[in-house]
Amino acid sequence: MPMNIKDTIHFNWYKHLFIVLLICVCIWGCISATGADFAEVFGNFDQMYAFLSRFLKPDFSYLPKLIQPMLSTLQMSVVGTAIGVLFAVPIAFIGTTLVTGNKVLTSVIRFFLDIIRTIPNLLLAALMVAIMGIGEFSGVMTIAVFTFGLVSQLVYEAIEAIDEGPIEAAMAVGANKVQIAQYAVAPQILSQVAGYAFYAFEINVRASAVLGYVGAGGIGVILNSSLALLQYNRVSVIILLIFVVVTIVDGISEHIRRRLS
Amino acid sequence: MNKFKIKKQWIFGIAVAFIIIFSAIGIDYSGLSYFSPSVAKDVFVGLAKPDWGYIYDGSGEDLVSLLILTLSIAFLGTAIATVLALPLSFLSASNLWKSCPWVAKVGKFICNVLRAFPELVYAIIFVKMVGPGPFAGVLAIGVHQIGMLGKLYTEEMEALDQTPAEAMTAVGAKFWQTMFYSRIPQLMPIYSSLSLNHFEIAVRSASTLGLVGAGGIGAPLIFAIQARNWDKVSVILLGVIVAVFLIDTLAGLIRKKLK
Repeated sequence: MPMNIKDTIHFNWYKHLFIVLLICVCIWGCISATGADFAEVFGNFDQMYAFLSRFLKPDFSYLPKLIQPMLSTLQMSVVGTAIGVLFAVPIAFIGTTLVTGNKVLTSVIRFFLDIIRTIPNLLLAALMVAIMGIGEFSGVMTIAVFTFGLVSQLVYEAIEAIDEGPIEAAMAVGANKVQIAQYAVAPQILSQVAGYAFYAFEINVRASAVLGYVGAGGIGVILNSSLALLQYNRVSVIILLIFVVVTIVDGISEHIRRRLS
Repeated sequence: MNKFKIKKQWIFGIAVAFIIIFSAIGIDYSGLSYFSPSVAKDVFVGLAKPDWGYIYDGSGEDLVSLLILTLSIAFLGTAIATVLALPLSFLSASNLWKSCPWVAKVGKFICNVLRAFPELVYAIIFVKMVGPGPFAGVLAIGVHQIGMLGKLYTEEMEALDQTPAEAMTAVGAKFWQTMFYSRIPQLMPIYSSLSLNHFEIAVRSASTLGLVGAGGIGAPLIFAIQARNWDKVSVILLGVIVAVFLIDTLAGLIRKKLK
């Protein structure tokens, strides 16, 4: 973008000053609304010390008991991601005018997807637990719904960016909508869909680690009980394990995604 | 060559399918035995008729005031994180520490450690430190976002076009002069955009942190779910969705202007 001398800060400093003032007013309003008292943080340092003194002595003998819950967290993420992607791809196809040729249907579907994406993960999990009972299956469904919202948006954006040549060619030889979707659109976006699935999986592993807090299974259940029982030496082992697993999953998934693109 | 590639794709696909099936078998489905269609029906009937009276009753415990509180928590948390992530990103950008690269490594390590904790864990710790209330949520979001924003800021700083800074150094500018007259002005739009994006994320997390007593809309929601008070759950969820939707749209507009 070319920049003119008139765009520099010396010429419209009053605009910047106004924005800074606006932000300051917002911060001041937020401080009074939340009752923030920063002195309190330093006043309660003995609490912090009590926490840290136990937290920094991880109880590694607890590690063998964590392998199974960690594994089930990973399983939940795998199954949830698979279900989510499975539903996301056909919906994403309907979410583009390219495939349906119907603007109303497309905008209705997109609005519905926007709404799904706005619901925070943990609230969705709490709702799922209330409907389907405590357990890993609620976690799977939460991850599936979340993945569905995320991946379908990415896929319909990918479909809109494809090369339209093959579609025209297919239309010219008399292909119907389903055939166009199958032979002209799908081959172009297949590797991108696979990439998005792995990207969603990375996010899901991170997210599913805390879903257990509301009873949706996985390692979060143990994290929650250790926190409630003030066993911070165990909490640090759990967080360390989550950190290691997330790093490994990120590494593998990033490697695969780079190969795919 | 092409045949070999297709074969490889098949092997990859079969391996992924195998992992999915193995995981699906491994999941514990025992919780599902409590599921009954009548309960699910109750839920959907309750969700279909929101308790509109809860939206505003002037008591300070209604939906609108709690949503404003949630937004304040997210805003203040992001503001703290932005202010603190800036110096951290200067510390962890490797192109600013060419003579002693270990400083950048330490900075990046701090970011990674801060990011490793889930926000919920921070919230639990801060509830213990400053007592239950919105301030604990502010601190939890702030500390978690320092790590997130620190990492993104560092990446932008490292990807920055070096020529303006080099040109300034060539005419005799000191380190801080290149910082304030070249690097920061170049980075300002990107940094603001990233902070806005994280404000959107913070709104979502602020609405869940109430689960552990860190203020906001989360606490009444979880109480309503546990009490199976579905008409109230419905109106709160609607409120959260509308608030998040509005913030996302607004932030999207501002970000488009920043570009």
